[in-house]
Amino acid sequence: MSKATLQRRPLVKQLLEGADDNLLVIAGLGSSNWDITAAGDRPLNMPLWGSMGAPVGMGLGLAMAQPTKRVLVITGDGDMLMSLGSLATVATQMPENLAIVVLDNEKFGETGNQATHTSPRNNGPTDSGAGTDLAMIARGCGIADATTVREAGEVAELVKDVRTKKGPVFRLVKVMVEKLEFVMPPQDGAHLKDRFRQALLGHP
Amino acid sequence: MTTAPTQPAPSKVDWRDQIFEVFQDHDIKQVYHVPDAGHGRLIEACQKSNSIRTLALTTEEEGIPLAAGAWLGGQRSVLLMQSSGVGNTINLMGMPKTLRFPFLTLITMRGDWGEFNSWQYPMGQGTPKVLEAMGVLLYSVDTADEVKATVDAAARSAFNGGQAVAVLLRQKLIGIKNFGKK
Repeated sequence: MSKATLQRRPLVKQLLEGADDNLLVIAGLGSSNWDITAAGDRPLNMPLWGSMGAPVGMGLGLAMAQPTKRVLVITGDGDMLMSLGSLATVATQMPENLAIVVLDNEKFGETGNQATHTSPRNNGPTDSGAGTDLAMIARGCGIADATTVREAGEVAELVKDVRTKKGPVFRLVKVMVEKLEFVMPPQDGAHLKDRFRQALLGHP
Repeated sequence: MTTAPTQPAPSKVDWRDQIFEVFQDHDIKQVYHVPDAGHGRLIEACQKSNSIRTLALTTEEEGIPLAAGAWLGGQRSVLLMQSSGVGNTINLMGMPKTLRFPFLTLITMRGDWGEFNSWQYPMGQGTPKVLEAMGVLLYSVDTADEVKATVDAAARSAFNGGQAVAVLLRQKLIGIKNFGKK
């Protein structure tokens, strides 16, 4: 497989372009958190600083509670690998308002870019994975609309699908390994939760 | 002649049906569970309800981020599990504390009271300790007559008091599983 060419920061910026009160965003810990914050911190963003494996479940609970809003989960391959079963649970509910985007750079970025299981086999003694295909896993779990995006030419359609297509939508996006600036949102979890509920419900 | 001490009159309503009533009183909208004999009748009542969304999980751990997401969206939820599943939740059990959101779980105990299966004891006996270590408030019920008031109090502590609360439904209440052995 050819090397990834998509860059996560401009891609996430495009995914969130013109976000209004109808778009509720949850981002997994680490790079995905910094990515959505670099696109512009907002109360209806819930960026996680921990709780690896939690974003898809949070997105599902939120999507069921708010069926008229669009819920977008953005996370990484390492985080997704930790909660594969949650994709099967999403498939039991088939929430039409839920989109999941996994930014797959095939690395555990926060701990020093060690290979995840999505890295190719035979990639050298310290950098080999299993070539795990998370889109295929999502389809196998019962999320029929689960595809992989690799090329710049596919991004416009990706944005449209993620923002508007009947869900659940799962998109695996192969992205480059990059060293990027940390753009950090507030860290206090209770504050992040309260500002989200205030913006959504009118009370904390 | 001596008189036997007065016992509270046993309720005619099954305690699992009483828990369902408490769920309705507290406007519970999402219920998460793994298959469980102890909670079985309650799970079926939730599945048949029009006002409750009932989800089967692949592992108990999923219940905590689901509860966080439901609360972000303005809905109350409950996680039903067995003591053997509590260990699966412990890392994410930090979320209610970090995000400070109300969390309620009802736990049917194994490895607790006359348990025949030695594999159930380590997690059954560890359950109160690990939950306490994660800052979860514990209530415990041994008899059917205490179930309704205890689950109601736990729901109040969670949803009015903002706490993470677990109700331990003890094996003495549920009965000893014996797989047909005497």
